[in-house]
Amino acid sequence: MTGLLGALLPAVPLVAGLLGLLLPPAPRRDSATGGDRARTAAVTLGVAGAAGALALAVALLLTVDGPMETSATWVDFGGLAVTLGVRLDGAAALVAVAVTAVALAVQVYSIGYLRRGPHDDVDVDHRYPPYAAQISLFTGAMLLVVVAGDLIMLLVGWEVMGLCSYLLIAHDRRLAGAPAAAMKAFLVTRVGDVGFLLGIALLGVSTGSFRIADVLAHDHSGATLTAAGLLLLAGVAGKSAQFPLHTWLPDAMAGPTPISALIHAATMVAAGVYAVARLYPLFTAAPVTLTVLGVLGAVTLLLGALAATAQDDIKRVLAWSTVSQLGYMTGALAVGSPSAALFHLLTHAAFKALLFLAAGAVIHAVGTTLMSEMGGLRRSMPVTFWCTVVGLGALAGVPPLAGFWSKDGVLTVAESAALEGTGPAPSWVGWIVWIAGLVGVAVTAWYAGRLLLRAFFGAPRLPLVQPHDPPAVLRWPVLLLAVPAALLGLAGFVGAFADRLRFPTVPVAGSEDGLVHLGSGVLLPLAFLLFGAALVLLGWRRDRAADPAAALGPLRPVFARAFRLDDVQHTLVVRPVRALARAARTGDEVVVDGAVEGSGRAASGLGAGLAALHRAALPRAAAGVLAGALLIGLAAALVGVNR
Amino acid sequence: MTLGQGLLVAVLAVPALGAVAVAATPRDRVARLVGTVAAALTLLAAVPLVFGGRGWVAWSGNEPAVRPWHQLDLQWVPGLELRFHLGVDGISWPLVVLTALLTLLCCAYTMWRVPDGGSGRALVALLLVVEVGILGTFLALDLVLFFLFFEVVLLPMYAIIAGWGGAERRRAARKFALYTLFGSVLLLVGVYVVVAAAGTADLVTLTGGAGMSRGTQLAAFTLLALAFAVKSPLWPLHSWLPDAHTQAPTVGSVVLAGVLLKMGTYGLIRVAVGVAPEGARWAAPVLGVLAVAAILIGSLVCLAQSEVKRLIAYSSVGHMGFVLLGVATLTATGIQAALIGNVAHGVITGLLFFLAGAVKDRTGTGTLAELSGLRETSPRLAGLLAFAAIASLGLPGLAGFWGEAFAVIAAVQVGGPLWTTLGVLAAVGGALTAAYFLRLLRQVTHNRPSPAVGRVGPGLAGAELTAWVPLVLLALAIGLAPTLVLGVAEAPVDALIGVVKP
Repeated sequence: MTGLLGALLPAVPLVAGLLGLLLPPAPRRDSATGGDRARTAAVTLGVAGAAGALALAVALLLTVDGPMETSATWVDFGGLAVTLGVRLDGAAALVAVAVTAVALAVQVYSIGYLRRGPHDDVDVDHRYPPYAAQISLFTGAMLLVVVAGDLIMLLVGWEVMGLCSYLLIAHDRRLAGAPAAAMKAFLVTRVGDVGFLLGIALLGVSTGSFRIADVLAHDHSGATLTAAGLLLLAGVAGKSAQFPLHTWLPDAMAGPTPISALIHAATMVAAGVYAVARLYPLFTAAPVTLTVLGVLGAVTLLLGALAATAQDDIKRVLAWSTVSQLGYMTGALAVGSPSAALFHLLTHAAFKALLFLAAGAVIHAVGTTLMSEMGGLRRSMPVTFWCTVVGLGALAGVPPLAGFWSKDGVLTVAESAALEGTGPAPSWVGWIVWIAGLVGVAVTAWYAGRLLLRAFFGAPRLPLVQPHDPPAVLRWPVLLLAVPAALLGLAGFVGAFADRLRFPTVPVAGSEDGLVHLGSGVLLPLAFLLFGAALVLLGWRRDRAADPAAALGPLRPVFARAFRLDDVQHTLVVRPVRALARAARTGDEVVVDGAVEGSGRAASGLGAGLAALHRAALPRAAAGVLAGALLIGLAAALVGVNR
Repeated sequence: MTLGQGLLVAVLAVPALGAVAVAATPRDRVARLVGTVAAALTLLAAVPLVFGGRGWVAWSGNEPAVRPWHQLDLQWVPGLELRFHLGVDGISWPLVVLTALLTLLCCAYTMWRVPDGGSGRALVALLLVVEVGILGTFLALDLVLFFLFFEVVLLPMYAIIAGWGGAERRRAARKFALYTLFGSVLLLVGVYVVVAAAGTADLVTLTGGAGMSRGTQLAAFTLLALAFAVKSPLWPLHSWLPDAHTQAPTVGSVVLAGVLLKMGTYGLIRVAVGVAPEGARWAAPVLGVLAVAAILIGSLVCLAQSEVKRLIAYSSVGHMGFVLLGVATLTATGIQAALIGNVAHGVITGLLFFLAGAVKDRTGTGTLAELSGLRETSPRLAGLLAFAAIASLGLPGLAGFWGEAFAVIAAVQVGGPLWTTLGVLAAVGGALTAAYFLRLLRQVTHNRPSPAVGRVGPGLAGAELTAWVPLVLLALAIGLAPTLVLGVAEAPVDALIGVVKP
């Protein structure tokens, strides 16, 4: 029964998505109603798929008790078995609920968001049917990753997600930058997936099967584990936007805002963290991999947070904050607590979806994404304002909002790994994660405060626009997401919730066994939080019209361009590959094909030469014939003599 | 004669008689219809070959390594000991069905549109003759017969390119014919070496080496592998292919890429590896290195390519590189990956050439720089192109994935520094494949429509959909249920590996 629920969970949105792709993508020019009918069908399919999946996920959460597994052979590659089956536990069910809830919110929100807005001067054809279908596919693919009981199945969901992100980021046909951003998202994650595939290959070959249960149970050699772990981390870094493969995520803002919510909260970026938690015993058995993950996580955490401080585009601030929060999650994994990582993943899903959808409402109302053109929205958009306050509070970790508890959980584990060496990796990894996490708290408070002050306080900087709270179809998803963003952290006190996030295979780090920690340890992050918040507030009070980011001085452009890592990537990877491609084309055409064409030309040239030789006037021809006869006669005579 | 033998004969006789009937029918449209019906009947005869005759499960040492489900073994030229020996098993059946299907789709497409250059009647007749040759190659269990069918394909294909092709068609057709003829000479010598040394041309007896000495096997494998490498094509013997694909008419490109190249890889597995296993073991590292070079160079050239059909042609070089890498590993995993990669490439690249042809027909250009914004004017065509490109770059869940991923996995499975490196490089080639297909999509489908694309209407013809939808469904079906191809291949591959591995 539970197995059936698990199998249906990805199947429902996948089928809804595939059916949705069959609808006419664009309304016919001659019929006014045809497009509307297709749109209605698309909305119905999309919402029904997401709602059905949500119902299944909730049912699964209620029925699942303890890990369970089903599997059947999918295909057999010369002794390497690929299976088709689900592997369910409490954590999978919780993540599935988060994914489907956000997906439903996004499907409903999109109905209102992709409609002719007040600032569209022409009637835009939004191509709604493929859009909704791709969201369904995206959701289904993520759910496939969540329930997959086989590494190849997981890879299927993993890459289909990359494809859907590509399609959806490029959806907005009015944005000139969208196709490039979409391509970048797919390619950067695909480069990571080279490692992911090789890691899976190593594990599968070592085990003789790709079933996750078999892979975890098999006794791999140390070298295999380390190599496979590091290779898998490449894929994780791509999907979960870890340094140095994080560059695609901020550019992915070219997608419609609901898509950003989907990518940042529920799918895609969550997949990497989830996959590591899923295969955690492999990583603890090879501590080097966790050391690498810890370093990458700490770098990502600070890099994202600092880059977020200097952005003017409200969506880019949120995007970089995602990069930074993902650093907390991978940091938690590195110091030995997948439970803390997944707890933060869940609260982050709630508050980041809330923040993006609220930002979407703002963008919808003012027609720009730049904070320098906003300001003073607090009075005109009170609902959006309060929802954003909840979201930003949770992001910064203001008690008792959700982010406070989960981030505190991460920091407590890091602290004990640093001070007591309880983590699977060396204690210095604990130190860097802990310190980066604490500094991150202050920086997060600073940029969250800046976003709030720049967008909602002060004087309106675009006085012509009359902003207002969004219509109901946009408002309700935002309001409903505010509930978990505020309260989900308290669920950590509920035994049933904490039990579902506990990994039986992992020894509990530190002395505590709960998800949430109340003690003197909370004071330190709170102090950093207050410091960051006070800094931005003081800066703003000095000059309410100026951008607090001006205080960054010469660092501002560096942060705004995220330490110019895009340029580094361009110089070190993109340009050499392009040059190599041009060289390969020239080489192929000139050398390889040149040899072929050359031998052809040489043959016909030789033929022409011989032909010319045979064209002779009578005297020379007669002399030639006689000489030939003489030669043959001589040869015959010689052979005869020798006999 | 059993039903299975009847079907075997029908699979070859129906298209052959169909070709004659088409040539004899005076009215062009009726003739094309007759040809399409013949192609459909061929497919109907090919599919049921899978039933019956599979009364064995696992391979055991004292049986021959090739055990056809159905076979037909007749005296042909007794004085020369030539036999007309046909048979079908799990290695050849998927390719037989693929050939019959693609020919049917091409004939149906020709009902709707005949490319400039000649009568549709002649084109359909030639397509059916090509089909006879290809099917015969896949069914032949006698080495001399195999060679004969292998050669039957050459001239009609030359005529298709030279008669209905693009502006440079004559040059491209001549290059195609001469280059592959060069391969055929090697094949002929290889066949001669094998038959002279072993005293028989029967593939069932020959598979496993038939007691040929090591030196003979090395020589035979080298000759045969070179011959098949030209056909497959393997880098650096590929340069006939881009010209031929680019200049051939749409249906010609589809048959060329879809099934003609498979004669090379099929021959490599069935004839070269099967007949000279010791030679195969000896040459495997070289084959592997060349296969990976094909993957990387093919992808890089695609990345700098500026013409749609040329790009797809070069992508075939890369994809066939994965197939050849699978064969080169000489493991059951690798050969199975090669088989499914073969079929998947036929389906997907066939579809890609159909779509590229449709774009070229509508816009009158294939230059990437002159194409953009297709999704604005023709969203369905753009969507299908995106689907085909994504299937071709090996998205898991679609057909192309299995062959490529498991070729890499097979290389990792063989282990050792060389093969691990080859696996890693092939995986990197997978990322490059994604790069050039995304570049193609970005150029052709995104942004504002170019003048050439601006006049394209959104509609698709019924015949186009008829030709494309089966391929779309197959790409999805094979992706979701690879057993469709591999279920039947498991036992014969195990048997083959049983004699190849020492």
